[in-house]
Amino acid sequence: MRDNTLLEVRNLKTYFYTMDGTVLAVDGVDFVMREGQTVGLVGESGCGKSVTALSIMRLITPPGKIVGGQVIFDGEDLLKVDDEEIRRVRGNKIAMVFQDPMTSLNPVLTINRQVSEALELHLGMNKDESRKRSIELLEIVGIPEAAKRIDDYPHQFSGGMRQRVMIAMALSCNPQLLIADEPTTALDVTIQAQIIELVKRLKKELGMAVIWITHDMGVVAGMCERVIVMYAGHIAESARVSDIYADPRHPYTLGLLGSIPRLDAARKSKLTPIEGLPPDLINAPPGCPFAPRCAWVIDICHQECPRLRGVGPGHETACWANVKEGRA
Amino acid sequence: MSINEILLEVKGLKMHFPLTQGIIIQRQVGAVKAVDGLNFFIRRGETLGLVGESGCGKSTTGRAILQLYRPTAGQVLFEGQDLCKMAGERLRQMRRRMQMIFQDPYASLNPRMTVGNIIGEPMEIHNLAKGKEKQEKVQELLRVVGLNPYFSNRYPHEFSGGQRQRIGVARALAVQPEFIVCDEPISALDVSIQAQIINLLEELQAEFHLTYLFIAHDLSVVRHLSDRVAVMYLGKIVEIATRDDLYRTPLHPYIKALLSAVPIPDPTVEARRERIILVGDVPSPVNPPSGCNFHTRCPIAIPLCSEQEPAFVDKGVDHWAACHRV
Repeated sequence: MRDNTLLEVRNLKTYFYTMDGTVLAVDGVDFVMREGQTVGLVGESGCGKSVTALSIMRLITPPGKIVGGQVIFDGEDLLKVDDEEIRRVRGNKIAMVFQDPMTSLNPVLTINRQVSEALELHLGMNKDESRKRSIELLEIVGIPEAAKRIDDYPHQFSGGMRQRVMIAMALSCNPQLLIADEPTTALDVTIQAQIIELVKRLKKELGMAVIWITHDMGVVAGMCERVIVMYAGHIAESARVSDIYADPRHPYTLGLLGSIPRLDAARKSKLTPIEGLPPDLINAPPGCPFAPRCAWVIDICHQECPRLRGVGPGHETACWANVKEGRA
Repeated sequence: MSINEILLEVKGLKMHFPLTQGIIIQRQVGAVKAVDGLNFFIRRGETLGLVGESGCGKSTTGRAILQLYRPTAGQVLFEGQDLCKMAGERLRQMRRRMQMIFQDPYASLNPRMTVGNIIGEPMEIHNLAKGKEKQEKVQELLRVVGLNPYFSNRYPHEFSGGQRQRIGVARALAVQPEFIVCDEPISALDVSIQAQIINLLEELQAEFHLTYLFIAHDLSVVRHLSDRVAVMYLGKIVEIATRDDLYRTPLHPYIKALLSAVPIPDPTVEARRERIILVGDVPSPVNPPSGCNFHTRCPIAIPLCSEQEPAFVDKGVDHWAACHRV
C-alpha cells in the first residue's frame, strides 16, 4: 500500500446553492498526494481549483456546501471530524497562502500579532517565545531587518514582502501540507521569481508537500512534480510534469499549451486559441463539459461524461477520444 | 506614404503628479515622477510593445500620448504636430485618429448603455454617421470583431470578459482611427480567451493598417505581437530595440533579469535555465535613486552608476540602451 500517502481526495463534490440554481463548482474530483510532493493545480478562473483547495480545508461557507466525497489527510477524513479537530488541522498541519497579499492580511494589526497568533494558538507559546519565533520566521522568508520590521503594519510592506509575510505565517507551525492559491498572480515577474525560489528552498529544507494553484502553465513547469488540469469542476488530466508538456492527452491541455505564446519558441504567425467560452456551471449539459469547444469531439462526448482513465504510468485523462499526435 | 514614415514621435515626455499637503491651503511637497523623460517614435503600421513592471509608468505613457493626462513637459508629435499644444476643437479632431483599448473590460463599458450605443457614440460625437447608417455600421463592426450583429441591443453584463473586450475593440474602431493604444488589453482575460483577442488584434491591424502601442507586462505576449519593443523601469525607458534583437541579445541588466524570470511551459527547459533573481523591490517614483535608477537592484552596478545617469545611446543598429556597463 502507498504508505507515504499524505492526502487523498475522493470524489469530492462542492456545490453552491444560489438564487439562479445550483453551481456544480467541484463535481467529483479525485487525486492522491505523497508526502513532500509538489502538485500543480491548473485551470482557468471558475474551473473549481480554489474551491477544491478551500474544500480540503473545509473553509466553504454558505451558499456553498461540500455535498459528498472524502478528504483523507494523514489517515483521517477531514470532512467527518468535528469543528474542534478541524481547527487543530488548519494552519497547523495544513496551511494556506492566498492570492492577494494586499487583502489577506489584517490592516489594523501589526505583523507580529498576525504571525504570532498561530504560534500561540497551536503551539501554546507565550508572547515572548512567539515574538522570537516570528522574527526567525520572517528571517527565513527573507525579510531584511526582521527584528525591526516586526512591529510594522501591513501597509508598510510592498506586495512581494506581504506575500513573504503570508508564507511566514503559513510556515509557523511546520505544516505537512502548504496550499498556495495563486500566490504570485498579483505580483510582478521579478517578484514572482523571488517567491518561487523561496518556496522551492523552503520545501527542500522543511520537506513539506505543496499544492500550487495557478493558471500559468509556465510556473508549474518550473516547480511541480505532478500536474492536475481542471476544467469546469472536473479533472481533465493528471500526469507527471514531464508527461503533461511532452505528451498531453486531453484536448483542453493541448489547447492551453497551444494558446500561450512562448518566450523561447520560434514566433508563429498565429496562436491557436480554444474557441468558445467556458461552460455555465449551473445548467451543465450532460456529457463532457469541454465537448462544445473540443476539436476531437465524437458522438459519445455529448451523452456521457468521461471518467479518468490511465493512459500511461501515473498519467490519467478524462477523454473519450484518443488524443495522441495532436501537438499544436 | 512610405513604409518608414514616422507616425508618432515622443520627445522628452514627462508626466509628474503633484503631491500636496494641507487641507485648505495646499502646498506641493513633491511629485510622483510617473514618466520622467521619454524619447521614442512609432512608425506607421508597426506595433511598438511597451513592457515593464506595475508602477513603471507604462499606462501613464499611453494616456499622456492621447492627452488624457496633459503632460508636464515634452512633446508628442503626431504626424509632426504637437498634441500637447493643442486644445479644444483641434484636439478633438485629432482624437478621432487615435483611440484606446482599456485593460479592464468590466470597468470600461458603461453598464447602462446598450452595446449599440457604446459603439455608436463615438461616431455621433465625430459626426461620422447617424440614424440607420450608424446602426448598420455598428452591426458591421460587431461582425468584424467576431460578435453576432444582433447583439447591439444587449447590455454589457450579458457578455463574458472576452466578448466585452471585443466590444471595447469595436468601439475603438468605430471612428476609423490610425493609431490605437492597447493598454494591457488581455491581462484581465482567461488564458484560453487571451489568444482569441491577440489573434483579433493582429487581424484588424492587417485589415485596417493600424499602428499599435501595445502596453503589457507579459513579455511572451509582447514578443508575439510587437515589431519593436521598449522596456520601461521607474518612469524611464532603459532599452528599445527590434523584437528579435531585444529577445536574442538583451543589453540592459534589467531586461536580462526580466527575461530570465519569465517561466517557460516546458519542464526540461526550466530545469536548465539560469535565473537572475533581482533583490528587493522597485523604488518609489516619488524619490527615485540617484544616477541610474536601477542601480539599487542591479547585479553589475559600479560606483559610477549611483552618481551619474547613463545616457540613452545607440549600442548597435537601432538598439538603444541606457546603461554604463554595456
